[in-house]
Amino acid sequence: MAKVQGAITVNTHRCKGCNLCVVACPTDTLGLAADVNDRGYHFAYMKNPENCIGCCSCALVCPDACIEVYRVKVEG
Amino acid sequence: MEITDIIKEENKVYCKPELLESEVHMHYCPGCSHGVIHKLVAEVIAELGLTERTVGVSPVGCAVFAYNYIDVDWIEAAHGRAPAVATAVSRLWPDDVVFTYQGDGDMSAIGTAESIHAANRGENIVMIFVNNAIYGMTGGQMAPTTLIGQKTATTPYGRRVDLNGHPLEITNLMKELDGTCYVTRQSVHTAAAVRKTKAALKKAFQNAIDKKGTSVVEVVSTCNSGWKMSPEKANEWMAEHMFKKYPLGDLKTERKYDEE
Amino acid sequence: MKEEVRLMKGNEALAHAAIRYGFDGYFGYPITPQSEVLETLEELMPWETTGMTVLQAESELAAINMVYGGASTGKAVMTSSSSPGVSLKQEGISYIAAAELPALVINVMRGGPGLGTIQPSQADYFQACKGGGHGDYHLIVLAPSTVQEMVDFVGLGMDLAFKYTNPAMVLADGIVGQMMEKVVLPEQRPRRTEEEIRKQCPWAANGRKGLRKRNVITSLELESSKMEVINERLQARYKEIAKNETRWEEIDTADADYLIVAFGTVARICAKAKEIAAKEGIKIGILRPITLWPFPYEAIEKAAKGKKGILCVELNAGQMIEDVRLAVHDSLPVEHFGRLGGIIPSPDEVLQALKEKIIK
Repeated sequence: MAKVQGAITVNTHRCKGCNLCVVACPTDTLGLAADVNDRGYHFAYMKNPENCIGCCSCALVCPDACIEVYRVKVEG
Repeated sequence: MEITDIIKEENKVYCKPELLESEVHMHYCPGCSHGVIHKLVAEVIAELGLTERTVGVSPVGCAVFAYNYIDVDWIEAAHGRAPAVATAVSRLWPDDVVFTYQGDGDMSAIGTAESIHAANRGENIVMIFVNNAIYGMTGGQMAPTTLIGQKTATTPYGRRVDLNGHPLEITNLMKELDGTCYVTRQSVHTAAAVRKTKAALKKAFQNAIDKKGTSVVEVVSTCNSGWKMSPEKANEWMAEHMFKKYPLGDLKTERKYDEE
Repeated sequence: MKEEVRLMKGNEALAHAAIRYGFDGYFGYPITPQSEVLETLEELMPWETTGMTVLQAESELAAINMVYGGASTGKAVMTSSSSPGVSLKQEGISYIAAAELPALVINVMRGGPGLGTIQPSQADYFQACKGGGHGDYHLIVLAPSTVQEMVDFVGLGMDLAFKYTNPAMVLADGIVGQMMEKVVLPEQRPRRTEEEIRKQCPWAANGRKGLRKRNVITSLELESSKMEVINERLQARYKEIAKNETRWEEIDTADADYLIVAFGTVARICAKAKEIAAKEGIKIGILRPITLWPFPYEAIEKAAKGKKGILCVELNAGQMIEDVRLAVHDSLPVEHFGRLGGIIPSPDEVLQALKEKIIK
């Protein structure tokens, strides 16, 4: 059976750490980093990358367009 | 599969819209709805192939600097006057697609006359109305759309009908005008809502291309700074309180009035 | 349309001039005593001939912001109103000046303050020349004294507005708006094509044709150092305008003992007073500022040399007189004579005032 696997990249420089992507993610993939970017924001990152299904929910709700989403079908 | 194998150009399914400036940071507070709406406007303009013939009119309010973020021609209007500005651009350049981007102060307080009359004339423009029930730019004062009981800098004990009157549902008024062809109320608090808002904006811009009249897209939004909540809580508060007064969905999908 | 001689009202002439000088848009709101401008345009239906847009807005505020919008795209646009309506337009005028846009605003003045009267006045001199709206800016202000000048200044105002990307105003009194005179309407000047507009106004926001860099029309700059630069650029332009565009008319100023300074139709009343005075052996010269901003300070200073006194005749309580006094540095007596509330003085009254206030 084909399984969907996804991944995201975050423009950590642009991210304001609003946490909306973390809330929007249905698979608990995302979290805010303990680190901060050069403007002092805890930027988003893939806390549990293996969970990502590339659904784009995080990217859609991101107000700063920091998230790019990638998706592949993997034969299981 | 390793992450590095997934993150490849051919697997990309979502990225920042091309017309959204990459070098400029948007000045909006973290979690502000404006950013999402900007993104959708940028996507829709590009997808409809309107980059070369779009003129945006930005308001006074938090979105005053919209012209720094979306890579089309812009005119920055005086507070409330965006629909008058857009009227002239649309009439003088009929091949251009003109949209206004207005907040609740711009659309439903100081610019009520301009907004109502542009819509009533059925100008071929898109009016994007960001309703977050507060004046964000000036520090969180009451807007015409502020809910009863809602605390703002100028209603510190909550909005009272006897003192401040009722929340103004200007989009409902717009629906009644013969000049409007499409009036809808959307939001951007969830992925599904974002998709719907994008579809609404696309329909609105298509109406302008087809010269069907005025389209009004209200986006019920948050102002987490003004509301003094986290972005996440602001979304919850909006869904719980704002949607009761400003229910989402299409209010009007076709122009009632046919010219003879 | 060929050049044509007609008899018409000043307000009607403005409408004909707007079409014939190739304006792209007129946006207005009715107000006495200049409603004929919009009425005439609607009657002439220029959208059927030259393609000019005419729109009755919901308010003067909307109309001036339509002008701001149209000017932002490089189109030749105008509005007209009368004093209370022009007060409403001041916000938009300030924005147009700040955004460095060409536009034409016409004020057919009536008496104020407040709702005032619908009778003629020149009481908006301060408003037109000394600000009106907020901030450091100037309009190019043209004061017509004949119906012919009403026509000519529509064209001149537009040309100057585009030359300096600065709004121009035709400041007419209600007399010249309402009176009928013979007038030569110019041959039709073709409206510019969209390509010509894009070429002439590369700054204009009318769509990123050819995917050029985006154009933004704004008057906002939060960084003080940049805002100062913008202001300095405006001030430099005002100096340039003052150097190149100051206009006035002189009648027999060289061989006179007394000088009358008056603008608009009042200058014509004064010319009649001059004739009457001549019969009594009183030699009057008349200097009529045509541009009220830039004001002909040097011309007045020069004309005042050797005179016994200056009378400023205005349909107000004394506004232009401040500039006349600045021009002559207290080197001779300068007095004001004016009627208020819409009353127009007769030539005899003017002469009487000269005798009482200056000759004594």
